[in-house]
Amino acid sequence: MENVKSQENKQYRIALRNSGLIDPGDISDYIAFRGYEALGKVLTEMEPAEVAKMVKESGLRGRGGGGFPTGLKWEFTLKAPGDEKYLICNADEGDPGAFMDRSILEGDPHSLLEAMVIGGYATGANNGVIYIRAEYPLAIKRLQVAIDQAREMGFLGKDIFGSGFDFDLYLKLGAGAFVCGEETSLIQSVEGKRGEPTKKPPFPSESGYMGKPTTVNNVETFAAVPPIILNGPEWFQGIGTETSKGTKVFALAGDINNVGLVEVTMGTTLREIIFDIGGGIPGGAKFKAVQTGGPSGGVITELDLDTPIDYESLKNIGSMMGSGGMIVMDDSTCMVNIAKFFLEFTQDESCGKCTSCRVGTMRMYEILEKITNGEGTEQDLINLNDLARSVKDTALCGLGQTAPNPVLSTMNYYKHEYEDHVYNKKCTAGSCKALLSYSIDPEKCIGCTACLKVCPTNCIDGKAKEVHVIREDECIACNACFEACKFDAVIKP
Amino acid sequence: MTIRSLDDLAKIREENKHKVGLRESGQGKEGAAEILVGMTTCGIATGAKETLEALTEEIKAQSLENVRVVPVGCIGYCFSEPTVQVNVSGEKPVFYSKVDEEKAKEIVQKHIMNKEILKDSVLETDYGKA
Ligand SMILES: Cc1cc2nc3c(=O)[nH]c(=O)nc-3n(C[C@H](O)[C@H](O)[C@H](O)COP(=O)(O)O)c2cc1C
Ligand code: SF4
Ligand code: SF4
Ligand code: SF4
Repeated sequence: MENVKSQENKQYRIALRNSGLIDPGDISDYIAFRGYEALGKVLTEMEPAEVAKMVKESGLRGRGGGGFPTGLKWEFTLKAPGDEKYLICNADEGDPGAFMDRSILEGDPHSLLEAMVIGGYATGANNGVIYIRAEYPLAIKRLQVAIDQAREMGFLGKDIFGSGFDFDLYLKLGAGAFVCGEETSLIQSVEGKRGEPTKKPPFPSESGYMGKPTTVNNVETFAAVPPIILNGPEWFQGIGTETSKGTKVFALAGDINNVGLVEVTMGTTLREIIFDIGGGIPGGAKFKAVQTGGPSGGVITELDLDTPIDYESLKNIGSMMGSGGMIVMDDSTCMVNIAKFFLEFTQDESCGKCTSCRVGTMRMYEILEKITNGEGTEQDLINLNDLARSVKDTALCGLGQTAPNPVLSTMNYYKHEYEDHVYNKKCTAGSCKALLSYSIDPEKCIGCTACLKVCPTNCIDGKAKEVHVIREDECIACNACFEACKFDAVIKP
Repeated sequence: MTIRSLDDLAKIREENKHKVGLRESGQGKEGAAEILVGMTTCGIATGAKETLEALTEEIKAQSLENVRVVPVGCIGYCFSEPTVQVNVSGEKPVFYSKVDEEKAKEIVQKHIMNKEILKDSVLETDYGKA
């Protein structure tokens, strides 16, 4: 096993180290690649506090979105009073378009199990739960097989590695709501209640599952733990930026050639990810923006593409790391429409507990719809901005607090597009249907009358062999004339 | 078998160590070969199951005894799935993209049996790992 990050490689894999290399259904494959060695070392040579300290020193931070230092979280739970403690893995992965966790669960399930037993030992928990998205049937199946194998070999159960430490875990299927990925809501859901967030403090590390000290960590966070134990905290410290260590997996999607998963060291620039690894924008189109952090994040423009990514730098440019969704957009993308797309998601997923989120996201969505329909006013722009800020400040949980981000960041970087929609009734990207106006190029039109015949609103004037003209105010942008014209004379906006 | 100590674990690891050499750098037992097929949700959706079956059948049809087909997770190259990694002892591992049933047969006949790499289908990968 090579432990050194090679400078030449564009990607470096820690969380995905075994994915694609081992048979997830064969525990001996995992063991061949040093599986369960970290657990053996921890249980036979280390004290729980040492393990938590080691993870703290490595600089590992939560990959589920928040970026909280993992070792510190483990210390909190370990130090919390009480002898009944729990460890939960958050495998709810609700960010649309993200599938980093699924890939680990399906390709390397034992790495999660091993890390959870280590986490249990380090936090004083003997029981674990994997809260997994019910929409991941294959991941569930493979995890169950892995759990059975691990039990059979004694990596789960009583007296693991002859150390006297007991730990076991079970799968809990998710309730299918985005908000259930939020840790307090997730805990409610594991308890069999409705998945609604609760107030923090108390934090789960003091009072979580059944009121007991509970640690919640993301799949990708856990996956980094065994290599940290094996290679030492200094190794992990040596990878990444000042504040963010290690690697991050991203799911590249949207207008990008190489759709897929990439794992890069923290500090890699967005330009490297999108153009070197991702292969750039398809069809020779121009890059416009990239959204990180999913529905909780913001858009990043060309100007910031050279930002070395880490938790802080992404926040500084109005977005966030999030769980790793990365949606690339080319210049045919309308930014108002993008904001609307994310708001539609969040307003639908709002659990409804607090008014500002429940009603606020709905109102924001309505305003965005008005604007994209060409009915927006100056007052709408003011209201949208005010609403976004107040929802951000008053919502109870992360869903509501971050839901306005796509609006705020697009309003910040693409103000002119909002204004174009409102004042000029124009969508320059050409994606808002209601604002499209078709016209005919007099140079190219030969007067064949084909368009005139198909126009459902009869808004095309012309005679045979004469240049035709579209009465724009009556045009409903149905595109029929464009398709009918064999001479490329119809100009789509 | 229950693992009670690091020594117990080391034994199992030793028995399976040949897999590591073959898959990471192509160093394995003389004559050994493995074909890894990416079998996650995304791979299966693009036909990885059929690819795996075609590989298995062709290996059987050709009576190749030392060639194993192994279902694995994915390497993240969604745009070129189904992906396949061919490990022949003494050669650097080779990745192939968009391997359908047809290509699967070709891989067995050309790459495995004749040491002839299907150049047009090679997937360039570029990553280091822990
Ligand atoms: C609306 C919302 C959804 C979330 N969804 C997830 C999720 O799907 N998976 C996840 O690991 N964390 C999710 N989180 C973050 C969790 O609340 C929590 O911070 C995380 O699981 C902690 O693990 P980590 O420290 O290892 O990142 C979500 C947070 C919010 C506010
Ligand atoms: S902010 Fe939204 S999702 Fe969160 S508790 Fe309030 S209503 Fe529910
Ligand atoms: S887009 Fe439709 S409505 Fe508009 S001019 Fe062409 S055919 Fe007529
Ligand atoms: S179909 Fe094209 S060429 Fe014919 S009249 Fe209409 S615009 Fe002119």
